[in-house]
Amino acid sequence: MSVALAHLNCLELVELVTAYLEGDLSSGERKRFDAHLAACDGCTTYVEQMKRTIELTGTLRVDDLTLHAEETLRRAFRDWKAQ
Amino acid sequence: MQQLLSPQDARLVERLRAGDEEAFVELIRSLNPSLLRVARMFVPTSALAEDVVQETWLAVLNGIDRFEGRSSLKTWIFRILTNTAKTRGERERRSVPFSALDTEQGGFEPAVERSRFTGTGHWAVLPRAWPEDRLLSKETLSVVERAIERLPPSQRTVVTLRDVEGWTADEVRNALELSETNQRVLLHRGRAKVRQALEQYLSEEQ
Repeated sequence: MSVALAHLNCLELVELVTAYLEGDLSSGERKRFDAHLAACDGCTTYVEQMKRTIELTGTLRVDDLTLHAEETLRRAFRDWKAQ
Repeated sequence: MQQLLSPQDARLVERLRAGDEEAFVELIRSLNPSLLRVARMFVPTSALAEDVVQETWLAVLNGIDRFEGRSSLKTWIFRILTNTAKTRGERERRSVPFSALDTEQGGFEPAVERSRFTGTGHWAVLPRAWPEDRLLSKETLSVVERAIERLPPSQRTVVTLRDVEGWTADEVRNALELSETNQRVLLHRGRAKVRQALEQYLSEEQ
């Protein structure tokens, strides 16, 4: 990320949130990020909202496999086994 | 079996080799939705994606005796899938390779609209805390679901694999053959749009 972190502002911070949450920032970048957060209510709320977004996404269910596809694959397995 | 393979994977591979049909069905149930989703990235229709996935499972069965456990079972299966899907995609000629999708979207998409910031890059209008009581409602969840459906395919795939299915960044990078940066950019843009949709919805009067 080539953002001028020495002058990290809110506009730049929101673009670094994923790298921050992924643990991909260098320790220097991370310190500046945390320092900005400590002084900025708007960005604190924003980061909180990103975390809630990720949590909510995690509660969605993965679509179930159709029974038809499973039956076809079971047959394929028996054929393979019989070889 | 090499030590790189987790005990669970090692056991599953042994059961498959021994012809345990239920082991195969377990594996299908856990991976099929993601396989379909990833296959869909390479071929133009869902029907073709289903073909690619079926073909992948047959290749898994035919190759399981030769599987050496140098990667996880999941990584190995997804590598078979992407190879199968690419071959099929080239044959269909209408497919858009994943890497091309990325560069198509190469333009900068801000996580938050520029108009929300002042000229010096500070919040002009602060984001407002979300009402906790509404966050876990069914309606809110369907807002998330619809926002994910509306994402461009590459962002949708990455967000779904990472945040719905709980894959690690490395697993996604391996399965989709993405660089570290591209994986993160797609995740970042996708998540930012889901957050935007939530903000919009939660700021509406009840």
